Amino acid sequence: MKKKPDVIINTIARLMIPFIQMYALYVMVGTEGAGGGFQGGVVFAASFVLFVTAFGITKGRSRLPESWNTALSSLGLYFYAGIGILCIILSLGVANYLNYGALPLAELIDRAMTRGLMISFVVEVGIAITVMAVFTSIFFDLAWKPEEDKGGEQ
Amino acid sequence: MIVPLDLIALFFLVVIAIAAITVRDLLAAIVLLSAYSFVIATVWVEMHAVDVGFTEAAVGAGATTAFMIATLARTKREEKR
Repeated sequence: MKKKPDVIINTIARLMIPFIQMYALYVMVGTEGAGGGFQGGVVFAASFVLFVTAFGITKGRSRLPESWNTALSSLGLYFYAGIGILCIILSLGVANYLNYGALPLAELIDRAMTRGLMISFVVEVGIAITVMAVFTSIFFDLAWKPEEDKGGEQ
Repeated sequence: MIVPLDLIALFFLVVIAIAAITVRDLLAAIVLLSAYSFVIATVWVEMHAVDVGFTEAAVGAGATTAFMIATLARTKREEKR
Protein backbone atom coordinates (compact mmCIF):
# COMPACT_ATOMS: atom_id res chain seq x y z
CA MET A 1 0.00 0.00 0.00
CA LYS A 2 1.65 3.15 -1.19
CA LYS A 3 0.60 6.36 0.48
CA LYS A 4 1.44 9.91 -0.36
CA PRO A 5 3.47 11.49 2.44
CA ASP A 6 1.48 14.10 4.34
CA VAL A 7 3.30 17.40 4.71
CA ILE A 8 1.69 18.36 8.04
CA ILE A 9 2.48 15.04 9.71
CA ASN A 10 6.03 15.02 8.34
CA THR A 11 6.75 18.57 9.50
CA ILE A 12 5.27 18.06 12.95
CA ALA A 13 7.23 14.82 13.37
CA ARG A 14 10.42 16.51 12.21
CA LEU A 15 9.86 19.26 14.79
CA MET A 16 8.73 17.08 17.68
CA ILE A 17 11.13 14.13 17.58
CA PRO A 18 14.29 16.02 18.73
CA PHE A 19 12.39 17.56 21.64
CA ILE A 20 10.91 14.21 22.66
CA GLN A 21 14.35 12.62 22.62
CA MET A 22 15.85 15.54 24.58
CA TYR A 23 13.06 15.18 27.15
CA ALA A 24 13.76 11.44 27.38
CA LEU A 25 17.43 12.22 28.08
CA TYR A 26 16.38 14.72 30.73
CA VAL A 27 14.15 12.14 32.41
CA MET A 28 16.99 9.60 32.32
CA VAL A 29 19.93 11.60 33.64
CA GLY A 30 18.52 15.00 34.52
CA THR A 31 18.15 14.43 38.23
CA GLU A 32 20.77 13.02 40.55
CA GLY A 33 19.42 9.88 42.12
CA ALA A 34 17.56 6.73 41.31
CA GLY A 35 14.47 6.52 39.13
CA GLY A 36 13.60 7.53 35.62
CA GLY A 37 15.39 4.97 33.51
CA PHE A 38 12.29 3.04 32.55
CA GLN A 39 10.23 6.15 31.81
CA GLY A 40 13.04 7.71 29.80
CA GLY A 41 13.39 4.55 27.74
CA VAL A 42 9.67 4.43 27.07
CA VAL A 43 9.61 8.09 25.98
CA PHE A 44 12.60 7.44 23.73
CA ALA A 45 10.76 4.49 22.17
CA ALA A 46 7.71 6.72 21.68
CA SER A 47 9.84 9.00 19.51
CA PHE A 48 10.58 6.01 17.24
CA VAL A 49 6.88 5.20 17.15
CA LEU A 50 6.21 8.77 15.99
CA PHE A 51 8.92 8.43 13.35
CA VAL A 52 7.34 5.24 12.01
CA THR A 53 3.90 6.86 12.03
CA ALA A 54 5.15 9.77 9.96
CA PHE A 55 7.69 8.24 7.56
CA GLY A 56 6.63 4.62 7.16
CA ILE A 57 7.90 1.43 8.71
CA THR A 58 10.49 0.60 6.06
CA LYS A 59 12.31 3.87 6.60
CA GLY A 60 12.01 3.47 10.38
CA ARG A 61 13.49 -0.01 10.18
CA SER A 62 16.40 1.27 8.14
CA ARG A 63 17.08 3.88 10.84
CA LEU A 64 17.07 1.25 13.60
CA PRO A 65 17.91 -2.16 12.10
CA GLU A 66 17.02 -5.38 13.87
CA SER A 67 20.66 -6.19 14.62
CA TRP A 68 20.92 -2.87 16.49
CA ASN A 69 17.84 -3.78 18.50
CA THR A 70 19.38 -7.08 19.54
CA ALA A 71 22.70 -5.49 20.42
CA LEU A 72 21.19 -2.57 22.33
CA SER A 73 18.78 -4.67 24.36
CA SER A 74 21.74 -6.61 25.80
CA LEU A 75 24.10 -3.61 25.98
CA GLY A 76 21.98 -1.96 28.68
CA LEU A 77 22.07 -5.11 30.78
CA TYR A 78 25.86 -5.20 30.36
CA PHE A 79 26.04 -1.62 31.66
CA TYR A 80 24.05 -2.44 34.77
CA ALA A 81 25.71 -5.77 35.53
CA GLY A 82 29.12 -4.49 34.51
CA ILE A 83 29.20 -1.64 37.00
CA GLY A 84 28.07 -4.04 39.72
CA ILE A 85 30.74 -6.61 38.89
CA LEU A 86 33.36 -3.85 38.63
CA CYS A 87 32.41 -2.84 42.16
CA ILE A 88 32.75 -6.46 43.33
CA ILE A 89 36.21 -6.68 41.79
CA LEU A 90 37.38 -3.37 43.23
CA SER A 91 36.04 -4.00 46.74
CA LEU A 92 37.72 -7.36 47.20
CA GLY A 93 37.51 -7.46 50.98
CA VAL A 94 33.77 -7.08 51.26
CA ALA A 95 32.69 -7.96 47.69
CA ASN A 96 29.47 -5.98 47.59
CA TYR A 97 27.45 -5.81 44.41
CA LEU A 98 26.96 -2.17 43.30
CA ASN A 99 29.20 -0.89 46.12
CA TYR A 100 29.90 2.48 44.53
CA GLY A 101 32.20 3.59 47.34
CA ALA A 102 34.84 1.14 46.16
CA LEU A 103 35.29 2.88 42.82
CA PRO A 104 38.47 4.95 42.44
CA LEU A 105 36.25 7.93 41.61
CA ALA A 106 35.16 8.05 45.26
CA GLU A 107 38.71 9.05 46.25
CA LEU A 108 38.56 12.14 44.06
CA ILE A 109 35.04 13.36 44.87
CA ASP A 110 32.97 12.33 47.85
CA ARG A 111 31.00 9.10 48.05
CA ALA A 112 27.49 10.50 47.81
CA MET A 113 28.45 12.36 44.62
CA THR A 114 29.96 9.17 43.17
CA ARG A 115 26.83 7.22 43.99
CA GLY A 116 24.62 9.83 42.33
CA LEU A 117 26.78 9.98 39.22
CA MET A 118 26.99 6.20 38.86
CA ILE A 119 23.26 5.70 39.40
CA SER A 120 22.18 8.38 36.96
CA PHE A 121 24.83 7.96 34.26
CA VAL A 122 25.47 4.21 34.19
CA VAL A 123 22.60 2.32 35.79
CA GLU A 124 19.77 4.52 34.52
CA VAL A 125 21.27 4.81 31.03
CA GLY A 126 21.63 1.02 30.92
CA ILE A 127 18.02 0.49 31.94
CA ALA A 128 16.86 3.10 29.43
CA ILE A 129 18.82 1.55 26.54
CA THR A 130 17.35 -1.89 27.23
CA VAL A 131 13.79 -0.60 27.63
CA MET A 132 14.06 1.51 24.48
CA ALA A 133 15.37 -1.40 22.40
CA VAL A 134 12.76 -3.85 23.69
CA PHE A 135 9.82 -1.45 23.25
CA THR A 136 10.82 -0.54 19.68
CA SER A 137 11.37 -4.22 18.93
CA ILE A 138 7.85 -5.07 20.15
CA PHE A 139 6.38 -2.22 18.13
CA PHE A 140 8.19 -3.20 14.93
CA ASP A 141 7.16 -6.83 15.38
CA LEU A 142 3.51 -5.83 15.81
CA ALA A 143 3.41 -3.29 13.00
CA TRP A 144 5.45 -5.25 10.44
CA LYS A 145 3.43 -6.62 7.54
CA PRO A 146 4.62 -9.61 5.53
CA GLU A 147 4.38 -7.84 2.17
CA GLU A 148 6.80 -5.20 3.38
CA ASP A 149 9.61 -7.74 3.48
CA LYS A 150 9.90 -7.31 -0.26
CA GLY A 151 10.23 -3.56 0.17
CA GLY A 152 6.66 -2.89 -0.91
CA GLU A 153 6.45 0.56 0.66
CA GLN A 154 8.47 3.39 -0.88
CA MET B 1 -5.35 15.86 47.63
CA ILE B 2 -8.77 17.34 46.89
CA VAL B 3 -11.54 14.84 47.62
CA PRO B 4 -14.30 16.19 45.30
CA LEU B 5 -11.86 16.34 42.37
CA ASP B 6 -10.82 12.76 43.09
CA LEU B 7 -14.43 11.62 43.22
CA ILE B 8 -15.25 13.31 39.90
CA ALA B 9 -12.18 11.82 38.20
CA LEU B 10 -12.86 8.35 39.58
CA PHE B 11 -16.49 8.56 38.45
CA PHE B 12 -15.28 9.42 34.93
CA LEU B 13 -12.86 6.51 35.20
CA VAL B 14 -15.70 4.06 35.89
CA VAL B 15 -17.77 5.51 33.02
CA ILE B 16 -14.84 5.22 30.59
CA ALA B 17 -14.07 1.66 31.71
CA ILE B 18 -17.69 0.54 31.22
CA ALA B 19 -17.79 2.26 27.83
CA ALA B 20 -14.52 0.58 26.78
CA ILE B 21 -15.83 -2.92 27.44
CA THR B 22 -19.28 -2.37 25.92
CA VAL B 23 -18.36 -0.59 22.68
CA ARG B 24 -18.32 -2.70 19.49
CA ASP B 25 -15.80 -0.71 17.48
CA LEU B 26 -12.34 -1.88 18.54
CA LEU B 27 -10.60 1.36 17.54
CA ALA B 28 -13.05 3.22 19.79
CA ALA B 29 -12.22 0.78 22.58
CA ILE B 30 -8.51 1.50 22.16
CA VAL B 31 -9.09 5.25 22.27
CA LEU B 32 -11.27 4.82 25.37
CA LEU B 33 -8.51 2.80 27.06
CA SER B 34 -6.07 5.56 26.21
CA ALA B 35 -8.45 8.07 27.80
CA TYR B 36 -8.69 5.79 30.83
CA SER B 37 -4.89 5.83 31.15
CA PHE B 38 -4.80 9.60 30.85
CA VAL B 39 -7.49 10.11 33.52
CA ILE B 40 -5.84 7.74 35.95
CA ALA B 41 -2.49 9.45 35.31
CA THR B 42 -4.02 12.78 36.32
CA VAL B 43 -5.47 11.08 39.40
CA TRP B 44 -2.02 9.77 40.35
CA VAL B 45 -0.44 13.19 39.92
CA GLU B 46 -3.23 14.79 41.91
CA MET B 47 -2.57 12.27 44.70
CA HIS B 48 1.10 13.41 44.77
CA ALA B 49 2.44 10.23 43.14
CA VAL B 50 4.20 11.97 40.24
CA ASP B 51 6.43 9.00 39.40
CA VAL B 52 3.51 6.62 39.01
CA GLY B 53 1.53 9.21 37.05
CA PHE B 54 4.39 9.84 34.66
CA THR B 55 4.92 6.12 34.10
CA GLU B 56 1.21 5.64 33.50
CA ALA B 57 1.13 8.51 30.99
CA ALA B 58 4.21 7.23 29.13
CA VAL B 59 3.37 3.53 29.08
CA GLY B 60 -0.42 3.43 29.26
CA ALA B 61 -1.40 6.40 27.14
CA GLY B 62 1.64 6.36 24.83
CA ALA B 63 3.24 3.00 24.19
CA THR B 64 0.32 0.64 24.82
CA THR B 65 -2.00 2.63 22.56
CA ALA B 66 0.54 2.49 19.75
CA PHE B 67 0.97 -1.26 20.27
CA MET B 68 -2.76 -1.91 20.22
CA ILE B 69 -3.34 0.21 17.13
CA ALA B 70 -0.47 -1.61 15.39
CA THR B 71 -2.12 -4.88 16.33
CA LEU B 72 -5.52 -3.66 15.15
CA ALA B 73 -4.07 -2.91 11.72
CA ARG B 74 -3.49 -6.67 11.31
CA THR B 75 -7.01 -7.72 12.33
CA LYS B 76 -10.62 -6.66 11.76
CA ARG B 77 -11.94 -3.44 13.20
CA GLU B 78 -15.38 -4.66 14.25
CA GLU B 79 -15.99 -7.12 17.04
CA LYS B 80 -17.92 -10.28 16.12
CA ARG B 81 -21.52 -10.40 17.30
